[in-house]
Amino acid sequence: MAADTNASSTGTFDKVADIIAENSEVARDSIKPDSHVTEDLGIDSLDFLDIVFAIDKAFGIKVPVEKWTQEVNAGDKPAEHYFVMKNLAARIDELVAAKGA
Amino acid sequence: MRLEYFQMIDRVVSLEGDAIQVESRVPEASPVFEGHFPGHPLVPGVLLVETMAQASGWLILGRNGFAQMPFLMSVKEAKFRSFVGPEAPLEVTARVTHDGSGFTVTEARVTSGGKRIADAEILLRSMPFPHPDLEAAMRASAQRIGLPGFAA
Repeated sequence: MAADTNASSTGTFDKVADIIAENSEVARDSIKPDSHVTEDLGIDSLDFLDIVFAIDKAFGIKVPVEKWTQEVNAGDKPAEHYFVMKNLAARIDELVAAKGA
Repeated sequence: MRLEYFQMIDRVVSLEGDAIQVESRVPEASPVFEGHFPGHPLVPGVLLVETMAQASGWLILGRNGFAQMPFLMSVKEAKFRSFVGPEAPLEVTARVTHDGSGFTVTEARVTSGGKRIADAEILLRSMPFPHPDLEAAMRASAQRIGLPGFAA
């Protein structure tokens, strides 16, 4: 159901925003659903690795950053599809769902 | 070990699955000891970190078959529990605790004669070899230290 998916993404958004605030110098209250991880929040590549490591551990998944980056670089997907917070939360929900399938 | 050349690993003892064990012997003399410290030579903590990072790097190269080069990105919870000086035998172990997309996290430890010397959590990012000379040098070093699958 769509409502359930939205509720899940909201929880995922909060969890990811907490992880970003803990692993970078970004203030928690400045992280919004429409924030772009690098362009708006200014997360650098090392902080991003730490964040991905923390997300992997927290959700029990392996965020396929290399594949995402290749898709963006090849023009197959816009960067926003993966790196805007609300979409990142949705992608994580998909990875969690795929793991449980 | 040749501290001034960052040649920290003498020999791979074993590489199985997600873990590696290597050994080294601290040299009797090195220019490093002239400064660290006069009259009281000690292996600098940063070089113990480098030793743990290199053991982790060889573990990753052994696992990925030299497909990519691991670079040190982050060191967490590094602890130096005991001093180590010239001619000390070192046993270094590293174990993969997380296989990420393009990065690997290890837990590494240095002991000497069974005594705990240092440990740390180490994060390395794997990237394509940036220069063929580096890959050639790494493959030659793999032979020198007897990395399984790459021994001479």
